[in-house]
Amino acid sequence: MNRLTRIAYLAVVYLFFYFPIGVLIVYSFNNASYSLLWHGFTLNWYKELLSDTDLQSVAWHSLSVGILAATIATMLGTLTAVSLYRYRFKGKKLLHGMIFVMIVSPDIVMAISLLILFSTLKAPLGFWTLLLSHVTFCMPFVAVTVYSRIAGLDKNIFEAAKDLGASDFTILLRVIIPLLWPAILAGWLLSFTLSLDDVIISFFVTGPDFDILPLKIFSMVKLGVKPEINALCSVMFALTLLIVLIAQLVLRKKQ
Amino acid sequence: MSNNLIEIRGVSKHFPDHPVLHNINLEIRNGEFLTLLGPSGCGKTTLLRLISGFEEPSSGAIYLDGKDIAGIPPHQRHVNTVFQSYALFPHMDVFDNVAFGLRCKGIAKDEVEQRVHEVLRMVKLDTFLRRKPHQLSGGQQQRVAIARAVINKPLVLLLDEPLSSLDYRLRKTMQIELKQLQKQLGITFIFVTHDQEEALSMSDRVVVMHDGEIQQIGTPRQVYEEPDNLQVAKFIGEVNIFETKVLAADDKQLQVEIEGKLFTLKNRRKYKAEQTLYTLVRPEDLQVWSPSEVNDTETMFSAVVEEVIYKGCTVDLMLRLMSGKRLAATQFFNEDDEKLDFLLGEAVWVHWIPGWEVILPHEA
Amino acid sequence: MKHDKTFKFITIGIIWLWLAIFAVAPNGLVFLTSLLQQGDNELVRLQLTLNSYFDLFNTSYLKIFLHSLGLAGCCTLVCIIVGYPFAFIIARSTSRYKGFLLFLVIIPFWTSSLIRSYAIVAMLKTKGILNSLLLSLGLIDQPLHLLYSSTAVMIGLVYSLLPFMILPLYANIEKLDMRLIDAARDLGANKRTVLLKIILPLTWPGIIAGSMLVFLPAMSMFYIPDLLGGAKSVLLGNLIQNQFLTARNWPMGSAVSVMLTLLMGLMLMLYWHSTKRNKDAQDLL
Repeated sequence: MNRLTRIAYLAVVYLFFYFPIGVLIVYSFNNASYSLLWHGFTLNWYKELLSDTDLQSVAWHSLSVGILAATIATMLGTLTAVSLYRYRFKGKKLLHGMIFVMIVSPDIVMAISLLILFSTLKAPLGFWTLLLSHVTFCMPFVAVTVYSRIAGLDKNIFEAAKDLGASDFTILLRVIIPLLWPAILAGWLLSFTLSLDDVIISFFVTGPDFDILPLKIFSMVKLGVKPEINALCSVMFALTLLIVLIAQLVLRKKQ
Repeated sequence: MSNNLIEIRGVSKHFPDHPVLHNINLEIRNGEFLTLLGPSGCGKTTLLRLISGFEEPSSGAIYLDGKDIAGIPPHQRHVNTVFQSYALFPHMDVFDNVAFGLRCKGIAKDEVEQRVHEVLRMVKLDTFLRRKPHQLSGGQQQRVAIARAVINKPLVLLLDEPLSSLDYRLRKTMQIELKQLQKQLGITFIFVTHDQEEALSMSDRVVVMHDGEIQQIGTPRQVYEEPDNLQVAKFIGEVNIFETKVLAADDKQLQVEIEGKLFTLKNRRKYKAEQTLYTLVRPEDLQVWSPSEVNDTETMFSAVVEEVIYKGCTVDLMLRLMSGKRLAATQFFNEDDEKLDFLLGEAVWVHWIPGWEVILPHEA
Repeated sequence: MKHDKTFKFITIGIIWLWLAIFAVAPNGLVFLTSLLQQGDNELVRLQLTLNSYFDLFNTSYLKIFLHSLGLAGCCTLVCIIVGYPFAFIIARSTSRYKGFLLFLVIIPFWTSSLIRSYAIVAMLKTKGILNSLLLSLGLIDQPLHLLYSSTAVMIGLVYSLLPFMILPLYANIEKLDMRLIDAARDLGANKRTVLLKIILPLTWPGIIAGSMLVFLPAMSMFYIPDLLGGAKSVLLGNLIQNQFLTARNWPMGSAVSVMLTLLMGLMLMLYWHSTKRNKDAQDLL
């Protein structure tokens, strides 16, 4: 392939990626409810979003679950990565394999398995079941992100710290976390977006009293294309964009 | 009271899939510079890790300062390690790296400050306090690693091939610096390397290891000039090996036949007649003459020059004897003997001064 | 040190406990449920049976299964065909915008696929932008009914999952030693041979990893057919969702899920087999 064909090929695929989203964003500013024609610029749809109290509480639900789930998943995932790298223990290979399997396993399989678990335990579906499920599906992603970074470190660094009298806890606090914070932060951000975007698992494990953004969007979308949804989706897209940007900058900085 | 700082008694180590050390016995004296020398995989690094406490022996015991140190974790042994490639904490500056050990012990801030400055002055890095490791040269990183290790005032400093990542010239400089530092500190250094030149030039004593066993312990001069076995002789320096048949022997002398010639050699190790031995001669102990320079060729071999390698202060020759055997000979330039420009294919006479050879028994 | 042992014990203990409760036990329960019977009053009746598995071979289920398999397979194939050259061009690019080009793929990778599916709906609907574009260009006289068809579902799946093919491929191709290609060319291989004998075998683990990340979700993302396919196009995901939430037949839903898990196991075996040959590909994910 020559240079021009290559550029053209990339351009077509990027167009495929961004054209639909671009259209969505443009129409979220269109001053008309149903028309495809451009009726002038407006921020009305965004104002409507802001005044929708129901949506506000749903957004708050999503944010709180996202922040909590990402934080717990990051702690668990980081510990997992560190243990996999530093310790010899029984079932280490199994743990490695399980993390991998959890990443590739289809969401729906995890979703119904958790639903069955919660119904066996007679746990009421809502905030807690949602939180526990989100932690569970985010954790392997953190573990993998952090592990790929920690594996690049010189193993002697930990022995040196030990030789100088550091306990495992000190090593975690003073050596591992300061060295790996970019990966840990990236893991948190990834978890947060995963939690914020998840439809399939949340669909099964949350109850009617605890609605969250992706499910709200899902039910709105089923009713058809509307400028308010365009606006909401644009906001979500902008948020994702911001998060990816931070994650990429952070990861690149310390390479 | 003995002045052995470390005593290693009958230590063996095997990992699940393979043994690495067999029955190691070794005494390390207080204040000496000891080198563990051997090819990679000979177990030298494992022996070091047993002393530092990162591994525990499968059997046998290690005594440090008279006390059995089995089960004592690395940081409670008065031993510190300078790691291969240094293992400096990349996110901390020089000061924090060096202060790390003291801070782990919870030592007061003032004292930390004072001791870090002191030790950094000693390694001449007191102006680099706030540099990060990646802003330092290889030699400077090495000095930080040493400062970080000695600040805990260990009885023994373990060095795991610390010079292997430096280039040739810097390595030479660092060898001298390390040696000076050891004298200055007055503590025992145990140095691991696979570089025989490094081992010979720095150590008080060298421990030559092969396949998980100690082959020889001695001063650099001893292991080079009087190797205990072929393994040692072959690993340290180049050597020419002659098959030797003993014709007659008494307490003092041996009558032997080498390459069809008769020699009378000193019998240092009580060899008997009829035994088959090896006679070892270093290339620099062989002398090479043109036919015109010699009269008595009774104890000389006739050879043909096959290769001439000019090395500046020496000329290395590769010679072939009548029997087909190849010999390496190193000739030094000196004012008496200007005839060093040998030609390929030239016929020459080779011989060594009796007494410079080493005679070893045939090994099973 | 004693504290270190305790620390290690607690750390590993927490991890295993979490995974045991939220990963191992739930999957065990799914398997168990698949062996039970649908209850009349309660969700399941505690009676072991293989009925759900026998029912799977019922033609209507079999049809869904094959349809879903076909759709997911096609989607994977399209993603490979589109994604491989794409990943290759970026990975081998020497442009200083390479980082930015990659970043442009990572954004859709992180963006909610629900939002992106919605964007496709907005594109494809009868009065959507695509139809009006085609109409105004005079390519068609009447708006096409693109939405609510298998084609729409296919477009939605590819749109959602293409980044999941590109990124593992990119990681794999990036690591490919270009000197091997030079060596092959030097030894007289033509472009075709280089592609078939050097590039493809070496990037095989990337292809499998990408396929896994596309194929499995493609069978289970129930909201894409919900939004784009109407009732016509049903994936395994829809079947499971339906069995759990509408038909209330949990054993049946669990059995379908077990089949999906088996399929995943099969692909994992394929992946592990492919990485055994080139070991450095193992840390793809």
